[in-house]
Amino acid sequence: MATVLSLALRTPPFPAPLRPAATSAPACSLPLLLNRIPAGFPSPADEYAETALDLNTYLIRNTTATFFFRVIGDSMTGASIHDGDLLVVDRSIEPRHGHIVLAVINNEHTVKRLYSLNGVIELHAENPAYAPICFREHDELQVWGVVTGAVSRFAV
Amino acid sequence: MSQSASSTLFALVDVNNFYVSCERVFNPGLENRPVVVLSNNDGCAVARSNEVKALGVKMGAPWFQLKELADRHGIVALSSNYALYADMSSRVVSLLRDYYSPHIEVYSIDESFLGLNDLKPLWPDFTAMGQSMRQRIRQWTGLPVCVGIGATKTLAKLANHIAKKNPRFNGVCDLSSTTQAETDRLFDAIDAGEVWGVGRRIRAHLQAAGIRTVKDLRDTPPSWLRSRFGVVMERTGNELQGLSCLALEEVSPPRKQIISSRSFGQPVHALSDLSEVLAGHASHAAEKLRSQNGVCHAIHVFIHTNPYQKQDRQYSNSIVIPLPNASADTRLLVRAALFGLKKIYRPGYAYKKTGVMLMDIGEAQTAQGSLLLEHGSGKRAEGLMKAMDALNLRFGRNTVSVFSSSAPKPWAMRREAMSPCYTTRWAEVPVAYSR
Repeated sequence: MATVLSLALRTPPFPAPLRPAATSAPACSLPLLLNRIPAGFPSPADEYAETALDLNTYLIRNTTATFFFRVIGDSMTGASIHDGDLLVVDRSIEPRHGHIVLAVINNEHTVKRLYSLNGVIELHAENPAYAPICFREHDELQVWGVVTGAVSRFAV
Repeated sequence: MSQSASSTLFALVDVNNFYVSCERVFNPGLENRPVVVLSNNDGCAVARSNEVKALGVKMGAPWFQLKELADRHGIVALSSNYALYADMSSRVVSLLRDYYSPHIEVYSIDESFLGLNDLKPLWPDFTAMGQSMRQRIRQWTGLPVCVGIGATKTLAKLANHIAKKNPRFNGVCDLSSTTQAETDRLFDAIDAGEVWGVGRRIRAHLQAAGIRTVKDLRDTPPSWLRSRFGVVMERTGNELQGLSCLALEEVSPPRKQIISSRSFGQPVHALSDLSEVLAGHASHAAEKLRSQNGVCHAIHVFIHTNPYQKQDRQYSNSIVIPLPNASADTRLLVRAALFGLKKIYRPGYAYKKTGVMLMDIGEAQTAQGSLLLEHGSGKRAEGLMKAMDALNLRFGRNTVSVFSSSAPKPWAMRREAMSPCYTTRWAEVPVAYSR
């Protein structure tokens, strides 16, 4: 049987990770209410004060384990991954069937969808012009990380 | 000074062949090949893969001496990519801090000490903790590490050495759990020169006194070590016996001197060119000074030609410019540095290196004010410097600078084989092929 060689799949059963230590908690930025409220009515806007949206928090779950890659090629257009896009790759996620993964094939990083069912392991393109990459018995598929997002920018 | 042996426990986590390992994370083609990383200006080997070590290449070996060997064995030589290494290092540190111990001393770019006191209930044993660290760091960052655990920092460092050299430990050695007999056997097989703090000179003296192995050293009375070598070696002796004398330095002590200098890739002749480089060094040093909340009382400026180019005319000189008021203001320090440079510059030489050293560093708040308010002191200057540091931190070094342009110059560092800044520049992120 072929194997998916990912460190994630070989994680032994360790005790639950420590809670992040309080001393290293990320800076917690609280909205600053500028209106002084000595008496009278508070500003009705104050209770809606929030920090601005940050795309990092939308795209990245685990900063320590996340890396960016630039896409070259069109084999994944069916998954809305286009030439020139930026990939968000998280190494801390265990690759599973159906994930879009970054694999190492012939010393190159390659983005494909992982097919891993009933002992059959393949990498599928999302473009009919490309054939799947199949792995035979004793072959090893090295998964570098799991793709958790793609970012496009348009010429304006 | 010392605490009881049972109450302290430290881990030393060290990335194997750190620079080479960082390169391999992004360039799988380097796996299983001999790789060296060269120092500034591609001078000598500062990191070696195991394959290169096996070829007998020593740390610090000059690259020009290695070229023939490199051709014969296909050694890949890379220039150092400090932006990449710094980013990977900070990932390892934050992972250790968030998941293993809040008590961490970042000892160098690839080594951290962790305080493990009181963490025992969280793990079946500390070897399991070490394996978890190895596993997680490898998986999340791609970097291989070894973990050494011991009752003192010296023992943790020794344990790390043992973990690295003996495959049967699988990368983790916990000297707090080995039996006395096993510890003796391990220590008897290691040269005393491997102990943290035992330099070449002390090692030679120890050898002469019949102290050859770590076991010999451990069994030497610390008082004798003190009488022969002083208190530092006495401390090392105590630490080897499990008596913790060195505490975790979670905040690195402020530096007494700050040096910023670099050799030129090509010789530089003109005062204007030297001035520009020196201004950059002074700015960089001033920024470091402010980051430790310091001020300096004097700046030392030096220039010299290349002493190895024996056919060239040689010149070297330096000057110390005292400051009227202790300061950390880039404008004042740059002005003082350039003033000093003008005093020592002589035309007609091929200069190899220039730099500054900030001297007599004190804390900012304790600096004495002068009645004559100098340029570069006071609240306005402080605000300006803060803004400068913030801009440079956010948009990259030299976004804002005093008298120096950020355009690339012929004397910039020679880094002919530098890998891309995979993790710190958008234009250089690695490629994912989709074909």
